[in-house]
Amino acid sequence: MKAICWYGKHDMRVEDVPMPKLLNPRDAIVKITSTAICGSDLHLYNGFIPMMEKGDIVGHEFMGEVVEVGPGVRNLEVGDRIVVPFPISCGACHFCSRELYSLCENSNPNAPAAARMFGHSPAGMFGYSHLMGGYAGGQAEYARVPFADVDHIKVPEGFSDEQVLFLSDVLPTGYMAAEQCDIQPGDTVAVWGCGPVGLFAIKSAYLLGAGRVIGIDRVPERLRMAADGAGAETLNYEEVDIYDALLEMTGGLGPDACIDAVGMEAHGSPLEYAYDRVKQAMMLETERPIALREAIRVCRKGGTVSVPGVYGGMADKIPLGALMNKALTIRTGQTHVHRYMQPLLERIGHGEIDPSFIITHTLPLNEGPLGYDIFLNKQDECVKVVLKPGMTAH
Amino acid sequence: MDEYRIARGLGWFSIGLGAVEMLASRQLGEAIGLAEEHHRLLPIMGMREIATGVGLLGSDDGAGWLWARTAGDAIDLAALGSALGDDGNDRTRIGLAMAAVAGVTALDAWCASRISEARNGHGLLPLGEERADDVEERMPTVKTITVNKPIDEVYAFWRDFGNFPRFMPQLESVDVREDGRSHWVAKGPAGHRIEWDAEIVDEQPGSLIAWRSLPGADVSSSGRVRFERAPADRGTVIRVELDYELPGGRAGEAIAKLFGVSPGKQTEIALLRVKQLLETGEVARTEGQPAGRARSTSRRYDDWLREGI
Repeated sequence: MKAICWYGKHDMRVEDVPMPKLLNPRDAIVKITSTAICGSDLHLYNGFIPMMEKGDIVGHEFMGEVVEVGPGVRNLEVGDRIVVPFPISCGACHFCSRELYSLCENSNPNAPAAARMFGHSPAGMFGYSHLMGGYAGGQAEYARVPFADVDHIKVPEGFSDEQVLFLSDVLPTGYMAAEQCDIQPGDTVAVWGCGPVGLFAIKSAYLLGAGRVIGIDRVPERLRMAADGAGAETLNYEEVDIYDALLEMTGGLGPDACIDAVGMEAHGSPLEYAYDRVKQAMMLETERPIALREAIRVCRKGGTVSVPGVYGGMADKIPLGALMNKALTIRTGQTHVHRYMQPLLERIGHGEIDPSFIITHTLPLNEGPLGYDIFLNKQDECVKVVLKPGMTAH
Repeated sequence: MDEYRIARGLGWFSIGLGAVEMLASRQLGEAIGLAEEHHRLLPIMGMREIATGVGLLGSDDGAGWLWARTAGDAIDLAALGSALGDDGNDRTRIGLAMAAVAGVTALDAWCASRISEARNGHGLLPLGEERADDVEERMPTVKTITVNKPIDEVYAFWRDFGNFPRFMPQLESVDVREDGRSHWVAKGPAGHRIEWDAEIVDEQPGSLIAWRSLPGADVSSSGRVRFERAPADRGTVIRVELDYELPGGRAGEAIAKLFGVSPGKQTEIALLRVKQLLETGEVARTEGQPAGRARSTSRRYDDWLREGI
């Protein structure tokens, strides 16, 4: 079968690889109909995620048709159409049984390595380095889904792939980011980054009762999408000072909640960017936490900073003084996707949210490497790339 | 020689040289043959020297500051190297200064790497003392895990030694005989089998199993496994205490293969698999999945952790 494999920085290739097989009783195999490139895949593409090996199949946002089911899976049949959540969760451990699925204790075969880096291992993930288990990902024609009895949601009749594909990651991720803000009716929420997660965080903040949501970015089409598609007020950080602008917009209070939907590869003012980029290159820090610093500094006293953006290592100059003296709450984590799939499917069904508005590019799987390139460089107003294994090249 | 003493010496050397560069830049510049217009660089180099010297003396082991010194030396060498090509300078004297800096650079780098190694547990510091690995081999290794299952179920699973090959894939078979003794067969190096007999020396149902291997075994081991109810209804805590002696010769080789570099690491992996089996019914694995290379897993990142699966 064809699959997109990582071979190094800015080197993704479509390769012929063996078909996936059932390896455990609770596995299933899906024939993939749609799979997306995630913003966090760009961290792989840019070479910032450790423990990647040449030939790793990438991709963690995918859906398709079940073609084979292991003997331990009783709630799936061949022919079922499913969306697969990106964290791999056993459903039985202490954390899964408390709906903290991204903290599953049993799905990462390389848990000791992750524990050495983080103190404890999070759940295994599809196509996201050997630190996260070394699982083959879903930017392919077929994929093996471990713990398939837990790791799926069946798609009812009447939904298109485009409506439900993002239940795999970015829609629940944006939703959980907003839910973590404990939004009270009329609250003001500021969102750094108007990519797919930021856009869904904006939508979700409104669904959860926010009065005002302010989206921050520098890419014109993303700011436009935040305004037109998600209903946010917008700020371009290349044009205004974000701290001053947000204080002015909130009568000096600052936003009640701030969402960092940017993560480890932030940009920002040229000087601050240069500072972090140099330290990153010298391996003195692994992240550029520019959005996070700004969010902590401007957040209302006693407010919440929610961090769906991906971080992987160590960062410098985190304003702990502001965090402590302003009594801020930090909420973060990889998304507990399984918890949100059913309620969000219902919201999609009721027409409260149509996630397909973020899709700007639909390409055949074969053109995946091109998709990475235009997504990285934000060419052609790219916000979200969906790959279709069944589509023929044009 | 003691690397830490050398490091302290280098720290004071940094401060001294830095002070000379800052306070007597003209005299120093003339001594090493630099033309006058280059003398103003020396106080800047001196500030760096003093900063690394203070850092070195103020830190516990100094490895980072020694690497900083090594990097600084490289900058100084580069600066002197570029001065070499300038007609206003005395090339012979600069050459001598460069040789002196290169010597110090080598000492900095050697000392930094020795201390870095020691900090990572592989070095031999301070000389004459044992490193952590040597000590570990003689100390009991304790590893623990919490399994989200009732204590009776966890105990029964462990007590059935026939289950061991399911979570220790190095084992080929475990046969329990009628007299209560058990016969263990493991895959050894180069297709050899390693066999031993073991007996239970103490058993308290639901809380403790202690074992030891019998004389004549290829591998000798003894230890205890304890089972405790976890607080707040979180299942069962398994605590394994391994006593290890590493004999030389064939058995030493065999046990090294059987337990990898560290019995502790292998026990950690085995306990994770016990937890996976009890909680999910299977062992999480990727061996046999597709990849865009000859092997389904990564030799570098997976195999060292999952030896033998």
